Amino acid sequence: MLETKTAVEPTTAPTPFNLMQTLSRNRRFLFPVLALILILIGNRLISPTFFTIRVGPDGRLIGSLIDILNRGAPTVLLAIGMTLVIAAKGIDLSVGAVIAICGAVAAVLISTTTLPPLLVIAIAIGAGILCGLWNGILVALFDIQPIVATLILMVIGRGIAQLITEGQITTFSNESLEFVGTGLIGGFPFPIFLSVIVVALVWLLIRSTAIGMLIESVGANDRASFYAGIDATKIKLLVYIISGICAAITGLIITADIKGADANNAGLWKELDAILAVVIGGTALTGGRFYLIMSVVGALIIQSIQTGIYISGLPPTFNLIVQAVVILAILFLQSEDFRRLFTGAWAKLRRQS
Amino acid sequence: MGFRELMSDAAEKQTPVLQTSKLTKWFGPVRALYDVDFNLYAGEVHAVLGENGAGKSTLVKLITGVYRKDSGAILLEGQAIEPHSPHEAQAYGISTVYQEINLIPTLSVAENLFLGRQPMRMGFIKTGEINSRAKALLKTYNLDIDASHTLSAFSVAVQQIVAIARGVDMSAKVLILDEPTSSLDAHEVQLLFEIMRSLKARGISILLITHFLNQVYEISDRITVLRNGEKIGEYLAASLPKRELVSLMLGRELVSVTDEGNTNGKAAHQNERSFLQVEGIARRGMLEPLDLSVAKGEIVGLAGLLGSGRTETAKLIFGVEQKDIGTIYVKGQKTTIRSPRQAIGQGFGMCPEDRKIDGIIPELSVRENIILALQAKRGWFKTLSRKRQEEIAVEMIEAMRIVTPDSTKPVGQLSGGNQQKVILARWLASQPELLILDEPTRGIDVGAHAEIIQLIKRLCADGLALLVISSELAEIVEYSHRVVVLRDRKKLTELTGDDISEQMIMHTIAES
Repeated sequence: MLETKTAVEPTTAPTPFNLMQTLSRNRRFLFPVLALILILIGNRLISPTFFTIRVGPDGRLIGSLIDILNRGAPTVLLAIGMTLVIAAKGIDLSVGAVIAICGAVAAVLISTTTLPPLLVIAIAIGAGILCGLWNGILVALFDIQPIVATLILMVIGRGIAQLITEGQITTFSNESLEFVGTGLIGGFPFPIFLSVIVVALVWLLIRSTAIGMLIESVGANDRASFYAGIDATKIKLLVYIISGICAAITGLIITADIKGADANNAGLWKELDAILAVVIGGTALTGGRFYLIMSVVGALIIQSIQTGIYISGLPPTFNLIVQAVVILAILFLQSEDFRRLFTGAWAKLRRQS
Repeated sequence: MGFRELMSDAAEKQTPVLQTSKLTKWFGPVRALYDVDFNLYAGEVHAVLGENGAGKSTLVKLITGVYRKDSGAILLEGQAIEPHSPHEAQAYGISTVYQEINLIPTLSVAENLFLGRQPMRMGFIKTGEINSRAKALLKTYNLDIDASHTLSAFSVAVQQIVAIARGVDMSAKVLILDEPTSSLDAHEVQLLFEIMRSLKARGISILLITHFLNQVYEISDRITVLRNGEKIGEYLAASLPKRELVSLMLGRELVSVTDEGNTNGKAAHQNERSFLQVEGIARRGMLEPLDLSVAKGEIVGLAGLLGSGRTETAKLIFGVEQKDIGTIYVKGQKTTIRSPRQAIGQGFGMCPEDRKIDGIIPELSVRENIILALQAKRGWFKTLSRKRQEEIAVEMIEAMRIVTPDSTKPVGQLSGGNQQKVILARWLASQPELLILDEPTRGIDVGAHAEIIQLIKRLCADGLALLVISSELAEIVEYSHRVVVLRDRKKLTELTGDDISEQMIMHTIAES
């Protein structure tokens, strides 16, 4: 058979680079990146100093781009965990509550005990692991629908956080813990480092091992994965635990940043930003194929819009509406049907002229 | 090549109801359909035949607006149409009933029939009226059922008839049936054919896609053969011998696979020690206690009617379902198998019956699907390098003649036979010692069918132990060393040597 032959024969001559072809093949990656660039350019139009980065008196790099990376770190971190959970056909609504729990644990321990800060951080992350394990057990062992299973912790989590802080906003003063939120390394805020490290570690764990493919397999068809001998229970536990760890680190950043734990408001609605970042990045909510780095781009898009609105001086009342419009535009661009609407009209126009 | 282009009388007299002219569709560099002229006349059943990947589904999907054509034209009663969705095609009068029935299983039969066009009163659906109208409508199809029950409570055959009734009732001029008989038993097939004949008499044109060549001759007036996306010819069914049809589909002379008798009777007992020995495995409501053994280099066939306990036996052995009692010995060692994972650990592999649900991971690439079981066996961290994965995939694509542009294509986009080959490749890559095949040739065209049977024999010669389930007795008889016959969830007997014949199997099922 002819087709078979062409399939197996190795391509001898490398095909010449074709820009349009490369672009159309990587369209999935093209649109979010393009959107991010456009939003950044838009921000530059609003504020001429947008791309300027200067060095502050304490060696701190100051500029909107640094600010986006710094403020975006929590969404980036959550989006990493959320991507894996969604890829395994789940969803984690509890990350906002887990932020509150872990922040509360850290704030209470650092202000009421003499435990070393590193141990406090480890315990807070341990709390995140426990939360992830809880979600994972409900989903993987008891087969509860992910949206319901994680809704339980989303609701109860803030209650647990309030119990830990005894209903107060627990403030503290500890340089080591504060460093997590406001420290500097080479002029860069520490949260940027944290998010880069976590992205790199998760990417290594997922993509340099078989785990990524197994997650996609379980998410795309769990019956077939079962027949193929994949341990879906372990895979699901893993993704929820990673999501719990990501939420815990986010909780530490947010708590350290404000030097206090606010059980009611820390990380409020953050789960929705995370889900949105994943969707903008092109990972389908139905599970299967996932795009880790694109979720990071998605998170940065969300943060860039927020920063843009902030520097534009628009009344804060417009924030959410502008954000919604821009995101809708991006999602439209990603929709093939929507694009066809325009390419079709364009082709018609050309034919007529 | 001397193809006889036979035109029916009808063709000369009237314009076709549905016509495509030079219809072409590309998927990237792959030519799915090229310059295809297809004519469907009023009141005829026209079968479109071809191997997997020949372009049958593409043709249907272009006509029904699932895909957009790259060039060419679709004409309905002489008017060019360009449906953008199955819904639009339906509005033109082209209804489709797919292999996977496109109804909503949790709604009632009546609601399914009138979905989207329910009779309303003040914003409320008139449930009583749709129930009685549905009942009356189904009566015309010789179906006397309570239409207020949920659709999923009925057999696939009934669901199929409901789908047809819905399509026709929404004013169909053209009815497209895509593999309508693949999950029906013989009686249900006849029922369906009755309905097709009466629709034909009402002047409705039917485009039929099927893999069952006998059925083609039973019901079709004309046949269009596609191969590699091109139209080979259009023939009157009555004047095209089956052998010729098959070679037209394949593009080569057919090497008979089913004519030879069973010549492998003796190999069975050469190998004394069994690889797998099963003693008294049973599960309430699924299977009565059953004994079975398979040796290396031996093919054991499981024969019986649908629901006789064949698939259940395989599922209990492979750990998909849990047995209540009984013991499984592997190489003489007693083993516990509670999941496919454990079974795979013992060197088992299993190609399940329903490859769409239990087999393929549609979004993952051919390469990933092929290495999946092997990688799962190795665990999370003993990763196969990208290079090794590619080697395995290319080797398998070549060895099994999987038709795909490359190993990165998502498996969901391949045709059924090629998907089946990918799943077989997945298990072969995991280097099993026992392979359980549940209906390995179902829904597969003749070419791939012969290839898979050759493959089964070759694997056996290579020393694999094989347990094969098939509804096609000729197939079972051809390759099995022993045949276990089941009926009513019970093992009736085990045939060996010269006793293995279609007559004997049927006799056993019918008599004992």
